[in-house]
Amino acid sequence: MTDYNFAYLDEQTKRMIRRAILKGLAIPGYQVPFASREMPMPYGWGTGGVQVSAATLTPEDVFKVIDQGADDTTNAVSIRKFFQATAGVDTTEETEEATVIQTRHRIPEAPLNEDQILVYQVPIPEPLRFLEPRETETRKMHSLEEYGLMHVKLYEDIARHGAIATAYAYPVKVEGRYVMDPSPIPKFDNPKMTMPAIQLFGAGREQRIYALPPYTKVVSLDFEDYPFEASKADHSCELCGADDSYLDEVIVDDQGGRIFVCSDTAYCAARQAAQSDAAAAQYEEISA
Amino acid sequence: MTLQNSSEEFFTEFSKNSAPRPLLRVTNIEKRYGQRIGCSSVNFDLYPGEVMGIVGESGSGKSTLLNCLAGHLAPDQGEVLFDTRGAGLVDTMTMAEPERRMLSRTDWAFVHQHARDGLRMSVSAGGNVGERLMAVGARHYGQIRDEAIDWLGRVEINETRIDDRPSAFSGGMQQRLQIARNLVTGPRLVFMDEPTGGLDVSVQARLLDLLRGLVRQMGLSAIIVTHDLAVVRLLADRLMVMKDGHVVETGLTDQVLDDPQHAYTQLLVSSVLQV
Repeated sequence: MTDYNFAYLDEQTKRMIRRAILKGLAIPGYQVPFASREMPMPYGWGTGGVQVSAATLTPEDVFKVIDQGADDTTNAVSIRKFFQATAGVDTTEETEEATVIQTRHRIPEAPLNEDQILVYQVPIPEPLRFLEPRETETRKMHSLEEYGLMHVKLYEDIARHGAIATAYAYPVKVEGRYVMDPSPIPKFDNPKMTMPAIQLFGAGREQRIYALPPYTKVVSLDFEDYPFEASKADHSCELCGADDSYLDEVIVDDQGGRIFVCSDTAYCAARQAAQSDAAAAQYEEISA
Repeated sequence: MTLQNSSEEFFTEFSKNSAPRPLLRVTNIEKRYGQRIGCSSVNFDLYPGEVMGIVGESGSGKSTLLNCLAGHLAPDQGEVLFDTRGAGLVDTMTMAEPERRMLSRTDWAFVHQHARDGLRMSVSAGGNVGERLMAVGARHYGQIRDEAIDWLGRVEINETRIDDRPSAFSGGMQQRLQIARNLVTGPRLVFMDEPTGGLDVSVQARLLDLLRGLVRQMGLSAIIVTHDLAVVRLLADRLMVMKDGHVVETGLTDQVLDDPQHAYTQLLVSSVLQV
């Protein structure tokens, strides 16, 4: 398609975003302001992630989009089609094949490698936002490393619920310096954030980009007597039987019937395919 | 940092130097709002364990002065020296901001007139008291909670209210919670801006009684700004009377109140209604 520049954004804008990304990588966890552009989609639908992806993509890249772990939800399909149309890049649903993965609210189950980039869509980049409404003040708190307030939030959780009830967007400390919002991923995914792939976070409405270089130390905040716990539903996947993946609860009828299935559809599908292959091989062995 | 430690430190420090060092030395503070004077040429020393009252009518510059001392406002002139634990007398105006903010979380406390300004209204009483502890690095939930319970007890708030939000508290309780929240790190200097303002008289009396007990028990130094002469009579050792941004009279509290010299002080003392 020639009506658009490669990956929709003009080259000047992409350079501006790349500068912000590089600065973010140089200061892991620090929120870099950038001149977020209007995108042809509403705020809250991943405008930040789309801009970061646009600035990151090259014609050789293989692109994957997930929304809550799924490849086939509206948001994921739309963004994938958007870059198919404007960048003409190959797309895939398989985590291992992709070089750039844009995600909303999940980290894929399959381990990522050094050749991959994970782009997060971030609604509210400021972890202190609901504790301290003033931006001037939160910036000062970041620069002076005043993070006591974050523990007040966790204290309130324990006082009210008997345990740290924060289940997603669980605050983390990056390389012992910046407290960062990992975007609304379940806390089950927090331990995965120390990984070989580059992680980029884009918040379009809030005009912030932040980043984690490969193997950055990411620690979830907690109390000595209430340590961090990566939790998931205490079931195994109804479709593929996995007991180590993050599960979605799905209501299946009007009688209160419910099942738990992998939220990562690519992971689940691959496991099911492997199982049916194995079953087929076994069947052939028996009949032979 | 417990209460016993800080007061022990204070006493050993006190006995080491026969002539005690002032905790706070204020020289020639001036703050102007354009042409108008906020406060001008204020000088005083505050010694450890001493409580000083600043009285005057509305608009006399007493709150401006307090905010300058506490680092909330930058004065146009003069210096505020504080006797830090590490480095002795240091000008708090030229101090690096992280240090000043650290000071205001640990060695200083500021009690606002309206408890709402000093509390986090959406956080439970326990969280409010624990915030300063967590800000200086406490990371053990059980210990933070024990300390919070201890402090709620000291300010006469029932332990069962620890998980209630301050919005569910009465005005007097909110004010006491604010005091607990401020004193939990064992500060050495407390700034109070009309601590009893807006409370009815019987609640005022209880609060004053409590404050007097805490100040004496912890050996706190305090600067209390008020327009209520009864408050300074009860709490303050020394008194400073302000009018139109200037200090018109200073002296021991009883001396100033019983034998006022300046015309304005005489007016002030005679204005108090006798019941």
